[in-house]
Amino acid sequence: MSSSLALARREIVRFLRQKSRVVGAVAPPLVMWVLVGAGFRGSFREDSFGYFFPGTVVLVVLFAAIFATISVIEDRREGFLQGVLVSPVAPYSIALGKVLGGAVLGLIQGLPLLALVPVAGLKAGAAGLLTAAALLVVLAFALTALGFAIAWCLESTQGFHAIMNLFLIPMWLLSGAFFPVDGAPGWLRAAMALNPLTYGVAALRRALGGAAPAWTSPALSFAVTIAFAVVTFGAAVAVVARFPAGPAGRPVPPRAPENR
Amino acid sequence: MTPPAVEARSLSRSFGTRAALSDVTFSVARGEIFALLGPNGGGKTTLFRILATLLPPGAGSFSIDGLDPAAAGRDVRRRLGVVFQAPSLDKKLTVTENLALQGALYGLGRGARDARIRELLETFHLADRARDLVETLSGGLARRVEIAKALLHAPPVLLLDEPSTGLDPGARRDLVGLLGSLARTGTAVLLTTHLFEEADAAHRIGILDRGRLLALDTPAALKATVGGDVVAVEVKDESGAPALAAAIGSLFGAEAGRITVVGPTVRVERPAAHTFVPRLVEAFPGAFKSVTLGAPSLEDVFIARTGRRFREADAAGSGTNAS
Repeated sequence: MSSSLALARREIVRFLRQKSRVVGAVAPPLVMWVLVGAGFRGSFREDSFGYFFPGTVVLVVLFAAIFATISVIEDRREGFLQGVLVSPVAPYSIALGKVLGGAVLGLIQGLPLLALVPVAGLKAGAAGLLTAAALLVVLAFALTALGFAIAWCLESTQGFHAIMNLFLIPMWLLSGAFFPVDGAPGWLRAAMALNPLTYGVAALRRALGGAAPAWTSPALSFAVTIAFAVVTFGAAVAVVARFPAGPAGRPVPPRAPENR
Repeated sequence: MTPPAVEARSLSRSFGTRAALSDVTFSVARGEIFALLGPNGGGKTTLFRILATLLPPGAGSFSIDGLDPAAAGRDVRRRLGVVFQAPSLDKKLTVTENLALQGALYGLGRGARDARIRELLETFHLADRARDLVETLSGGLARRVEIAKALLHAPPVLLLDEPSTGLDPGARRDLVGLLGSLARTGTAVLLTTHLFEEADAAHRIGILDRGRLLALDTPAALKATVGGDVVAVEVKDESGAPALAAAIGSLFGAEAGRITVVGPTVRVERPAAHTFVPRLVEAFPGAFKSVTLGAPSLEDVFIARTGRRFREADAAGSGTNAS
């Protein structure tokens, strides 16, 4: 456990020493929120700022998770990871350290946004805000674990960007964060119902005083969100245990300094 | 009887159809410095990765302090200190932070860890840089931190992959001195190198070429296998070297000892070569670009075993380098 905490601490220290990462994770979703909220307000719906708010918070956490876990690939390329891999630390401790660190970073970036709830025109009481915070903890852990499991299997950050655009962003788009599930065509609605993030967004929306589809009942939403975290963390541990040396079971020899 | 610190038994490993390591057997005793010498692509790094538990062997087995890594992986890892060729430090952390993280990974308690960090910072003359980010350190300093990190948990076995990569000659000498003092306190040191002078400082050397262990002995014994002195004659035109070798052979017969041709150089191994050189030069006036006479070096040993010069093997090996 202490080794996981030490690895998690490293993530946070590194983050705080790279200021651009804070801006990179928080600013784009907020800009998008303002632009999309303002744009949709005139043409589609009056409450667009409130509607897009829960999804925006989830997107901040998702971006934080992506940035935190992409560092797995850098750790491997730069050589840091090989030192961890020869140490007696168990695979689950390696996964837990990285995921815990990434989740804390996601929360550092996501939780303060809850202060904007009144600005978004949402009405959430203290209980609602606490529920939202708890949901963000679970979502941050789940999304970081998902990012970690993917990043562990990739050799390049370019590959991760491809996965992000093809899989992680669509997963967010199809979570009810961007458009309501119930208005979508049947095939899309099916995809959204299968998307575990749909339930996290629905629960968050409800906690913040918004309306969510009736079939995402509070109990179901919480259960799916927690199961999402458990499954993704299980996957994170599994990839470390199964492929300790890296992608495709083959070690990536880190590049040695060029001088002989 | 205590088991050897490192024991490799018929280790083999291939990548696809390429055999990176074939049937390598050796052992390293406590307090011994053992150098794996070979050109790039010779299999050193593959062997290193296997011993560091990063890569399972394709065939064969090994043990660390008598422990089988397949059965007691974590115990084996606790006994190994590993210094990689590529840096494994976190550049965004300070020297102390890197060492503290290492202590946590190896399960050291805070008190023991901090005391050990202070001790190593002193030993490695790093105390005044302890709070600096690793990215601000010079290559030589970072290398020192790297070795200090590997030693933090006081491992009985230290593995180093090309440890002097990026070090200037002064820092290299420091490294040799450090490894010597570690060995004197009972640490088994196994290092890979493609530098003869580094291998020369080891107690025993294994020469690894094309995945095979070609020779295994002390530096002095290896050199003694080369017959006496080595006379190297360099000719102006490489194509003339085989003809010259044949001419020397027919002129001096058995007296010339073993003759080999390596590129533009004809090498003659024989005892008491100082009496031979003047006659050789007079026999072929003006035909030589240079003549050198020397006691056999490890490079001569390598050439005698492989028929190739080290640099050529290096160049050939680096093209297929995945080891």
